[in-house]
Amino acid sequence: MARRARLPRASRTVLRPPASVGRSVPRLEGLDKVTGRALYVDDLRVPGVLHGRTVRSTIARGRIKRVRLDPAFDWSGVVVADHRDIPGENLVALIEDDQPLLAAEEIHHAEEPILLLAHEDPERVEAATRAVRIEYEPLEPVLTIEDSLARKAPLYRDDNVFKNILIERGDVERGLAGSDLVIEGEYRCGHQEQLYIENNGMIAERTPDGGLLVRGSLQCPYYVHKALVRAFALPPDKVRIVQTVTGGGFGGKEEYPSMIGGHAALLAWKSGRPVKIVYDRLEDIAATTKRHPAAIKLRTGVRRDGTLVANAIDIVMDGGAYVTLSPVVLSRGAIHAAGPYRCPNVSIRARAVATNTPPNGAFRGFGAPQTQFAVECHMDRIAAALGLDPLELRRRNAYRLGDVTPTGQVLRESVGALEALETAARRARWAERRARHERENRDNEARERPAGLGGAAAGRRRGETSRNGAGPRANGRRLRRGIGLALAYHGAGFTGSGEVKLGSIAALDLSHDGRPRILSASTEIGQGTTTMFAQLVAETLGVPADFVAVETPDTGLVPDSGPTVASRTCMVVGGLLEKCARAMRERLELFAERPIRDARDFQRIARRFLAERGPLRFERGYEKPPEIEWDDDRYRGDAYGVFSYGCCVVEVEVDLDTGETRVLRTIATADIGKAIHPILAAGQIEGGTVQGLGYGLLEEVRWKDGRVWNHQLTNYIIPTSMDASPIEVVIVELPYSRGPFGAKGVGELPMDAPAPAIVAAIAHATGARIDEIPVTPERLLEGLRDGARRDGSRSSPGSRRGGKRS
Amino acid sequence: MRSALSTLEVVRPRSLDHALEALGRSVSGERLVPLAGGTDLFVYLNAGTPPGTRYLDLWGLRELRGIRVRDGGVRLGALTTFREIREHPVLGRRFPSLVAAAAEVGAWQIQNRATLAGNIANASPAGDSLPVLMAHDAKVDVRSARGAREVAFERLYRGYRELTVDADELITAVTLPFPPARSFPFFRKVGTRRAQSISKVVFSGLLALDRERRIAHVRLAYGSVAPVTLRARRAERALRGEPLAASVAARARAALAEDIAPIDDIRSSRDYRLAVAGNLLEQFLRAAAESRARR
Amino acid sequence: MIEFVLNGRGRRVRVPPMKRLLDVLREDCSLPGTKEGCGEGECGACSVLLDGRTVCSCLVPVVQVRGARVVTVEGLDRGGRPSALQRAFIDLGAAQCGICTPGMLVTAAELLRHARGRVPSEEEVREALAGNLCRCTGYQKIVDAVRAAARGASRDGAAGTSGARAPGRSRAGTARAKRSRTARTKRSRRRG
Repeated sequence: MARRARLPRASRTVLRPPASVGRSVPRLEGLDKVTGRALYVDDLRVPGVLHGRTVRSTIARGRIKRVRLDPAFDWSGVVVADHRDIPGENLVALIEDDQPLLAAEEIHHAEEPILLLAHEDPERVEAATRAVRIEYEPLEPVLTIEDSLARKAPLYRDDNVFKNILIERGDVERGLAGSDLVIEGEYRCGHQEQLYIENNGMIAERTPDGGLLVRGSLQCPYYVHKALVRAFALPPDKVRIVQTVTGGGFGGKEEYPSMIGGHAALLAWKSGRPVKIVYDRLEDIAATTKRHPAAIKLRTGVRRDGTLVANAIDIVMDGGAYVTLSPVVLSRGAIHAAGPYRCPNVSIRARAVATNTPPNGAFRGFGAPQTQFAVECHMDRIAAALGLDPLELRRRNAYRLGDVTPTGQVLRESVGALEALETAARRARWAERRARHERENRDNEARERPAGLGGAAAGRRRGETSRNGAGPRANGRRLRRGIGLALAYHGAGFTGSGEVKLGSIAALDLSHDGRPRILSASTEIGQGTTTMFAQLVAETLGVPADFVAVETPDTGLVPDSGPTVASRTCMVVGGLLEKCARAMRERLELFAERPIRDARDFQRIARRFLAERGPLRFERGYEKPPEIEWDDDRYRGDAYGVFSYGCCVVEVEVDLDTGETRVLRTIATADIGKAIHPILAAGQIEGGTVQGLGYGLLEEVRWKDGRVWNHQLTNYIIPTSMDASPIEVVIVELPYSRGPFGAKGVGELPMDAPAPAIVAAIAHATGARIDEIPVTPERLLEGLRDGARRDGSRSSPGSRRGGKRS
Repeated sequence: MRSALSTLEVVRPRSLDHALEALGRSVSGERLVPLAGGTDLFVYLNAGTPPGTRYLDLWGLRELRGIRVRDGGVRLGALTTFREIREHPVLGRRFPSLVAAAAEVGAWQIQNRATLAGNIANASPAGDSLPVLMAHDAKVDVRSARGAREVAFERLYRGYRELTVDADELITAVTLPFPPARSFPFFRKVGTRRAQSISKVVFSGLLALDRERRIAHVRLAYGSVAPVTLRARRAERALRGEPLAASVAARARAALAEDIAPIDDIRSSRDYRLAVAGNLLEQFLRAAAESRARR
Repeated sequence: MIEFVLNGRGRRVRVPPMKRLLDVLREDCSLPGTKEGCGEGECGACSVLLDGRTVCSCLVPVVQVRGARVVTVEGLDRGGRPSALQRAFIDLGAAQCGICTPGMLVTAAELLRHARGRVPSEEEVREALAGNLCRCTGYQKIVDAVRAAARGASRDGAAGTSGARAPGRSRAGTARAKRSRTARTKRSRRRG
């Protein structure tokens, strides 16, 4: 099962030890992926497999009165399972045990699973789903944050609040009172679907020893393991979870696989046959988790020179129907809510509330994109109010070494906020482009106004092309261009004492043929875990990366290195592997009584060791660095070991007639400590940036009676290659002393800044500052018409037309 | 896939006559559903809403293919794909707005399979090519075993997804007359993203000026703003005989609001569509003025 | 019985006429490289070449494939060795999770064939690939890889390290940045 590298011969020549870290070696599983040989869950052939389907609730809230199987349908050969068939507890074990695996009586959200069906013939089981009649006693659902806070119906405890967080530093009210200017703003973001291109899917089977084997598309094998042990009342060693090649996750396969895995397992348990459940896109969008919608208010006091004095922030997130991961999503969102800026007086109040919508869950960024969208939009509003360049405002306030965060964390090292900002601004030629767009927009406006029909588009200088070669083809259009930027930071690893509680373990052993073999539960979901881990070990052992074997995440074989989430894989788990590799090298060199020279030499020594001494395996567990302290009750202390910093600059072109926004150019910088593999790291940054563009501009989940209305890929719109602009990535490397070779987190950071950067660019282009994302053409056109929303961001310095002020 | 594909039957005719015969016979029982490139049909099948259980596969019929340039215009076979439209040199010169529309139908994958007649027969009010056909006074050749007839494209739709074509008739070709000399064609599709979107508003215009620089010929055709693709006749009237001036544009825009009846739906809102339909009209007139200025 | 040419070889299948080409390839021809992402022609993961043109195999009933030539990702290599395009995808990081990669390669193959040795512009590549959704890469590395393959640049195998060799260009503004090593990924048009 080990993923051994099969590399094109031509590429082998680049793998020369010892330099592995910092080099872009070919992705270890790359060849399989470009030849179609990589097998994803739906590609596996399992003899005797049944195809499973899920019957879901069509109402958002109420009771199941009766479930009836239409007697006119031929039910022979159809396996039917409901909550009574669950051998253990009817729940999906996660943070709280409130979510059932199958609804028994109460319905808390639309698409809640009620009944499971399986048959050998996918067409028959599909038909069977239509022959199930469910009678409900519907209740009025609570579908919005406002209705939940107003306690329109009691959904969770007495206040509908899943989690309350308060972070305080200094004295906010005094700070606000002593400010030259107080600026208020309210910002909203909607749901976002992860939209991995491979839908959720699992195959489950009973094993001869009375246990369960579940294989599938997932990020966190031990999450599924934990959930199934509870649901099936099995001892841990009787449940085995194996990851198959996974076609993207982005958080969408963090907790949800416990649900679909549990369903497949239940059908397999009942039928004694292997069962495969692979969602189609319609079901995947309708039923699985999304990014939490949020409503965020900021009240910020500043001095006239732009120095932040006080920041009062209120956050409400919609958690959906069950607790799932909402408390930790909220936590990360709250901790990042003031942005990467020093401010002596901060209060952050955050709540996650219950609604009768499908539970919202993990999605790249995990709460931070929402809150940093708000604070970054707010920074631009402040800059406009003060007549300051948005870059300058950030420059004055961005974190420096020694600054203190709202939780009281002292930033002791690797603070790249300014580097990320300045590098991006320089690469973008910020001031020059900004001035140029303003000049051109003014010229266009002037030409359009008196000329009426005649000279409108002629106002665009014909023949002028943009940097990207796509000049404004006016053709009657009234186009405006603008540039915007946003700065963000992102804590790597689990929040607060999370890593201590996880206690991750990773291991390195010797395979039979004398190669180092990585054993971890950290999954390759496209981001490059396999290759990056191999590089870390290879570098330490002095061998090429493709010499290192990486074991499949299989709970029967690998220790629990924790979930593949939270930008922790490289920094935390990679760090453990580096330690394992160091120990292995020492041991083997001690054994050989000389240094290891190269891969062949390693293999020779390793084989001799295996023959003479037996197996060799090193395990390392997470150890809390002594300088890190966290108080979970008071939300004080070191929320993360370290933060990564990133800046995004976007240039856009807006069609004033349609509200369409086209991204012309994107620059993304990221201080990630150290790029173990520059191409993979850049790939993370580019991919996250485009997800962020989609978040800011296109992606909107539309609801109808608590159900996702646009659950088709035709109507839930993600960026195509034409929507994404060319992206320039600059990686900044300010090493972190506790990260492997200085590395910090990279996966989530790039999701934080693009959406507010786009909003800023649109405001710069049009004067319309939109407070809600996505900035769809509908929303923008309305904003353009609504004079009240225009502000002074385009006006000359000194103008103070800005956001609301108290 | 939510439909039971294994239960669906397909009739593969050897010739157009054979196809018409089979279609005619089927009308008394379960009508055969004509199948061309399948790009719309399989979306319905995937969603579990098959339009029928028996299909008439037209894909192999050579009689329905080919683009022929004639004296007065072009004749496009019913199965002409959008890719073929995009790559045709004469269409590129004489019907640039049709080529522009073809380039915005899905992406390559769809353009290689989707056909002009399929777009017409699917009768979605959002069909990308339909406003262009309407703006160019297209005629549709319709045949059945009973005979052939020609229908003006603008009279093809009776109501939402409802054609004036009889159940035993097939669309066999579309004819486009060359536009008047020195006319200005225009196409604009507004979706949420830059490729592969379904239109929120789709517009095609055609305009020609007389010697006095007054609008002698004008067509304004819209999709996604009413149950069917339609011509904005009131707005056209407001323009005909007038110069290209801002005041004229404003009057046409006001008239346009009477022509169209957009709704809120999954892709956009009534307000947005109303505003954008008007804005695109002005954009078209500005573009026409700009093009005139260039000459 | 439906006969067609699959990846250069004659193939016969006995399947219902309206079965999707996608399912025939995956189930009846044992070629699971072609993926299903949406089943409605939006994502392009199921792209194959049908008589040389990219189509969504989820929208093609197999009955219409009779007598046609079909090429899937499994047929893109050069006698068992990866093509220049496939190598460029590996070397330049164009495949991340890999689920869109087969369809992406198929479309890119059609583009390169039409280009006949010319290097298509960035905008051309983006237009050609607009029917293939990718959620991982942000498309830049895919566009770069397609153009690199057109250029034959990856043939020497050196392209894989180009990102790593770039750090010499780093320039950061503040004094502290001098301590930071800045690796930048080059845009393809600046690449050899």
